[in-house]
Order: sequence, then structure tokens, then C-alpha cells
Amino acid sequence: MATDVIMPQMGESIAEGTIVKWIKKVGDEVKRDEPLFEISTDKVDAEIPSPTAGVLVEILATEGQTVPINTVVARIDAVGSKPPAPPAPKTEDPKPISAPPTVVAQTPVVSVAVAPPQPVAPPVAESISQPVEAVEKRSSPLVRKIARENSVNINEIDGTGLAGRVTKNDILSHVTNKETVRVSVPAVTIPQPVASVAVVTPPQVALVQPVATQPSLVVPPFVAPIMETYRPGDRVEIVSMSPMRKKISEHMVASRRISAHVQSFFEIDMTKIAKLRDQYKDKFLERHGVKLTFTPFIMKAVVDALGAWPIMNASVEGDNIIYKKDINLGIAVALDWGLIVPVVKNAEERNLVGLTRAMNDLAARARKKQLKPDEVQGGTFTITNPGVFGSLFGTPIINQPQVAIMGVGTIEKRLSVMEDDSVAIRTKSYFSISFDHRVVDGAVADQFMSQVKRILENFEASEIG
Amino acid sequence: MAVVTYLEAIRQALSEEMQRDENVFLLGEDIGVYGGAFKVTEGLYEKFGSQRVIDTPISESAIVGAACGAAMMGMRPVAEIQFIDFISCAFDQLTNYAAKSRYRQGIGIPIVVRGPCGGGGRGGPFHSQNVESFFLNTPGLKMVEPATAYDAKGLLKAAIRDEDPVLYFEHKFLYRRIKEDIPDDDYIVPIGKAKVRREGRDISVITYGAMVHVALEAAEKLQHEGIDLEVVDLRSLLPYDKEAILNSVVKTSKVILLHEATRIGGYAGELAAVIAEEVFDCLDGPIVRVTAPDTPVPYSPPLEDFFLPNAEKLMKAARQLAAY
Repeated sequence: MATDVIMPQMGESIAEGTIVKWIKKVGDEVKRDEPLFEISTDKVDAEIPSPTAGVLVEILATEGQTVPINTVVARIDAVGSKPPAPPAPKTEDPKPISAPPTVVAQTPVVSVAVAPPQPVAPPVAESISQPVEAVEKRSSPLVRKIARENSVNINEIDGTGLAGRVTKNDILSHVTNKETVRVSVPAVTIPQPVASVAVVTPPQVALVQPVATQPSLVVPPFVAPIMETYRPGDRVEIVSMSPMRKKISEHMVASRRISAHVQSFFEIDMTKIAKLRDQYKDKFLERHGVKLTFTPFIMKAVVDALGAWPIMNASVEGDNIIYKKDINLGIAVALDWGLIVPVVKNAEERNLVGLTRAMNDLAARARKKQLKPDEVQGGTFTITNPGVFGSLFGTPIINQPQVAIMGVGTIEKRLSVMEDDSVAIRTKSYFSISFDHRVVDGAVADQFMSQVKRILENFEASEIG
Repeated sequence: MAVVTYLEAIRQALSEEMQRDENVFLLGEDIGVYGGAFKVTEGLYEKFGSQRVIDTPISESAIVGAACGAAMMGMRPVAEIQFIDFISCAFDQLTNYAAKSRYRQGIGIPIVVRGPCGGGGRGGPFHSQNVESFFLNTPGLKMVEPATAYDAKGLLKAAIRDEDPVLYFEHKFLYRRIKEDIPDDDYIVPIGKAKVRREGRDISVITYGAMVHVALEAAEKLQHEGIDLEVVDLRSLLPYDKEAILNSVVKTSKVILLHEATRIGGYAGELAAVIAEEVFDCLDGPIVRVTAPDTPVPYSPPLEDFFLPNAEKLMKAARQLAAY
């Protein structure tokens, strides 16, 4: 009796996931809970464990394929069973919706993913596929690659090759002409092939939604990026983005378009925190089993200041400002393969020990790709730490739909002039705040930051616990 | 520097290597007193004596087997197969013994097995074949096939100094037809390195041996039609210079694989596979093979002319591919 492996729902808002990698191959034996495949969703990258022990007998969704949640992506059977025979050739069924469930299960997943679940399927399917095929130009792998890299629709090009084939020279001269045209004429979005309309992914929808409800003045018109043309033989290596890279790229550009970013900087004296840390770190490790770092102190200060300045812990929806009652602190964690922002939920309910524990746990699991989708969602304010690599201060991009993000610069000893005109060596750091000027004014952001500064510079030992 | 033929370049390499290293010796049928069926070894018997230029019975199996044994004892034998077609008699010694010895028992077998290959000489089915693809599927063997006098000398010296068995195919059609000014002194052409014989823009022709000259002839003629061929001479067939092949294909986006051997299971199949695997999305047209048809080499002169790839056939294929 085979067990179905489904695309799990990685968070409430998630409708589909992309198979990044199959860790097991067909015929491999798997243990229960052994990692089976890697997925990437809008929210999180994760390894999906096997639901049962047995042999992976069938893989129904290939690497790179995006399928709706709960789609069967593989089957696991008891040890000793053989992969099933290939599915019997399908007869053209005019009503695929009414097909019995067993047939649906054997249908290649791609059609499940693309076919819209509409009862009027047959006429729609025809009208989608026919025009595309009718105008499809013949072309070589090289031409298709050049088209992809330059966002060119091959069908727009007159082919001079055999039977109207689009040749390398055809597309290269087309691309060169287009480059020159682009300078003088406003960019025109190229209509996508009809087939891709059915596969619009939720991430795009999610990003577009808040924009759509905004007054139009917020969003500048889309400008096509300027692209260089690379020809075979050029000394470049072209690598397609990982799903995570693509999400970061989309989110960052969208955030810059959505929010009116303004930055402000504060120099904060961390001498007292550094001393407290030195004084308590051994005891802290002994008592709580975790290392005492600067981060929880900073988190604690931010949580307290956010309590006093609720607009910094808000988001914008259309003409409304949503004040968040919970403080869910996102902490940016740099990974070898990108960046992720796990969220410490209800940070206002935690003391320094609780914040340290939560942070260490999330960061460790982020590096092992073991974060749960819920743990990267719902953040209300984000802290990032460019200082960890020595940066003096960063100007971070807001993590939408939040309205502010705080950056911590490197913490180092500096020469300081004290209030009594004496010169002293103090442990200091530049903190930056990026805030959304649509709803946060400079005065508010700066008062928030000066409160963070005040808390950090006057931290009491009794709070360490 | 002196102008020498392809054949004389081979003789020079043998003579110089025998002089350089007293472990180098020659064995084969009629190579001594008679000087070899094609006179490649002429004069060497007189120069080095019967101990180092050994006439053998008519048994390729014994020639290669004896060479393997001598190599294991520290010698550097160079075995001549009178016509490379008959190397099949030594197939077992080469594929099961020489090729595997390093892997089986950690002892390399540094032999060179050389002999004339190829058609165009009205030799018929037993004296005109190209045998490289019989051995292509045998890890442990190396194969080279020079197209110029310079390479003939340099590759043979490299083969003799190599620690593993090397099959050295010399195209008999080139023996006395090409001449070149080559250095008198010691040089080698490294095994595994191809050479671009002609730079071109439109189509890469990957080839070796006598077909290099066919490709150059076709390239010269096609130039007037605005089709610019690049000619890559592999020189080494195993290991082959993948980097040079792929670089050329990436540059031109179109490729013709040209060899004199027959088509099915021929060397071009391996090259086509590696090109499709590694630079598929740099291709602007199908990978095209120009080879002999799948039949034994005919004895009849008109049939042999029909059988062998030539500049006309290559030009026809190139015109079609250029228009694709």
C-alpha cells in the first residue's frame, strides 16, 4: 500500500511550493522523517521529511516545478515493491474534471498545477493552447537562451533560417536594435505568452496587492532594467537565481517602491552593556546554557521603546494604519546561500533569557533550513546587524509590510569626549533606523531611537536575570 | 629546420628516441632488414642493430604481447602493426591486458602500438580502415592521430615517453603527400591537446588525421561563399581536448564532426554527446556528422571515392547547416 507524499502547506497564506531538490531518488530506501526533498515557498525554504519508511517508488513533481499545496508529489511504498508501470496512455477526455480519482492521481502533476479548476475546461483549454502554437517560431537552444536573458519574445522576430527559423544572427540584431530603441521610447512591457497567465504565483500577487490599494502616486511606473547583451564566448558566467534569491530580489525592489525610506543615525555608548556582559557571561552560560551576546540587550531595548512608540510597530494598508499589539521582532540572519529573517514572537513577554534562547534557537535552525513557516512570518519590526562584518552603519531596506528596520553597526572601542571634558575610551556603536516616511515622521523615529539609546546606556544588572 | 614528409617525421622521432633512451626498441613485421612495408623504419636496423629493431613472425598478438611483457620489465617498446586493420588480432592484449594492468596490479605498460590507418590508397577492406572507435570504450588506453609532420614527430615522442599504452595512428595517405619544415631538435606535442588549424566565425569543424586537410580545403573554398569554417584538429583522440572543442562550439554555435571512419558508433557520436550535454544552449543548429557510410571500405576505386568523406561532402553539409 503506497503512501502519498504531498506538498505541505507551509503557512496559512501559502498556496503552492516549488520543489528545489529531490534528496532521494526513485528506488531509494527512506526512513521515516528522513529528509526527502527541499522546497521553497514565498515564506520559507525547508527540507520535507518522509512521512513514512519505505522505498521512494515514484516522483510526480520534478525539480523546479511549482505545485499547489496538497498535490501528491511522490509515493512511498513498502520495501521490496517496484516502481509502478508508466501510466497507460490517456484517451482524450473532454471532461477531465469528472475523471475518476485514480486517473487524476496518475496524470502528470504539471497539468494539475496549470489547469484551472473550472467546469468549462475544454473550450478554455483550446483557446489557450491553440494561438500560442500557431505563432510559435522555430528556434535553437541558443536562440531561446538569448531570448530568455533579454526578455525577448521570439515570435516578434522575423526568422531568416530554414522554414522561418529564428537564427542566432536574427535575435542578436533584434536585441541590439531593441537596446537602442529603449533609450528614446518609454519602456513597453512585453506581453507574456498566454500559457503563463494560468501559473501566476501567489508571491507576485501578495506583493502586488498592497500596491494596488495604494493611491497611484505611491508607485512609480515600471521601468525595464537595462540589460547588457552577452554573446557566446564572452567571459561571463550566467547563473539563474535560486528561489530564495529571487524572493529576496522581489521583496527588496518592491519595498523600495512601496515605502518612502528615510534614515537616521545614533551613536550609542555600549560600555555599560559590554561591562555587564563580561561580568555576567560565565554565570549566564552556567545558569541558562546559552551565551550572553549583545543582541538580546538590543532586542530588549527595542521592545521597550516600541511599547512607547506604537507607530514604529505598525503597518500600512491603503489609507489605514494598522497598529500591532504584539511585538514580533524579526532578526536578520545571514546564511551562506542568502538571508532569512526569523521572528521572535511576542518579544514583549520575554525577559533577557527568553529573548536569548528564542534568538539562538531560531538562528541555529535557520542555518540548518529547519525553520517552520510560521517562524518567518508576522514580524512587526526588524533588527539587522551589518556590524557583524565590521560595517559602521547600514541603511537597511524595510521588511514589508513593516514600517521600520533598525541596523546595528560594529561595536568597537572609540575615543570619546565625556561630559566633563575628559577623554575616555568607550565601547560604542552606530545604530541606524530606516523608517517609512509615509507614516513615521523624523521626530518620532528619532525619539524612538533616543529611547533605545537611553535604555541601552542605562541598562540595569537586575534585568539580566 | 628541415623540410620532411609526415613519414620522415615519424622515422626521426623513432631514431631520436632510440638514441635518447636505450630502453626504446622497435618490433614488428619486416621492419628490420626490409625497413617496413612503407619504409618507415628504413635505416634504423643498420643504425641500431638487430637487438633493437626486431623482425617478428606474422602474429600481431605476439607482437603486442611481447611488447607488454618487455614494458613490464622496464623497456619502452614501439610495436608496428603493418596495417592498423590487423590490430584486431591483438585486441585482447590491448584491451584486457595493457589497458587494465595499471588498474589491476599497479603496473603501467608504457608501450606504443603504431601503424598506418585510413583509406584513399586503393587498399580495400583489410588495408584501409580506421580503428579508433574499437578502442574508444576502453579506459586505460590513449590514442593519437597526427595530421601534420610536426605533430607526427612530436606526438610519437610524447607517446614513447608516456607511462601508459598509446595507440598511434598514422594516416598512410599523408605519408608522402605532406611536407613541412620541422625543428631538428627535441620537442613533443602533448597528448590531450587539440589545435585550432583555422579560425572561423560560422561553423566549427572538429576532426583529426587526414580529414584535417579535407576540412581546410573546404574552408578555403567556402570562404568565397561567405561561410567561415573553424577547423579544430584534435590530434589526441583519447583523452580528447574537451575544452578546445567546447570553446570552439560556444564561439561559432554550430558544429560539424568530421571523420573518415564509418558512422554508427563512430568517434563523432562521443563528441556529439559531450557537446549536447555541456553546451546545449549554445547551439544554434543540429550537431552534424560527416563520416563514411556504414559499409566496409570498398576496393573499387570509384566506390572508394564515393565512400570517403571529402571537401565536396563537407561543403554541402556546411552550406545546409549555415542556412539552418
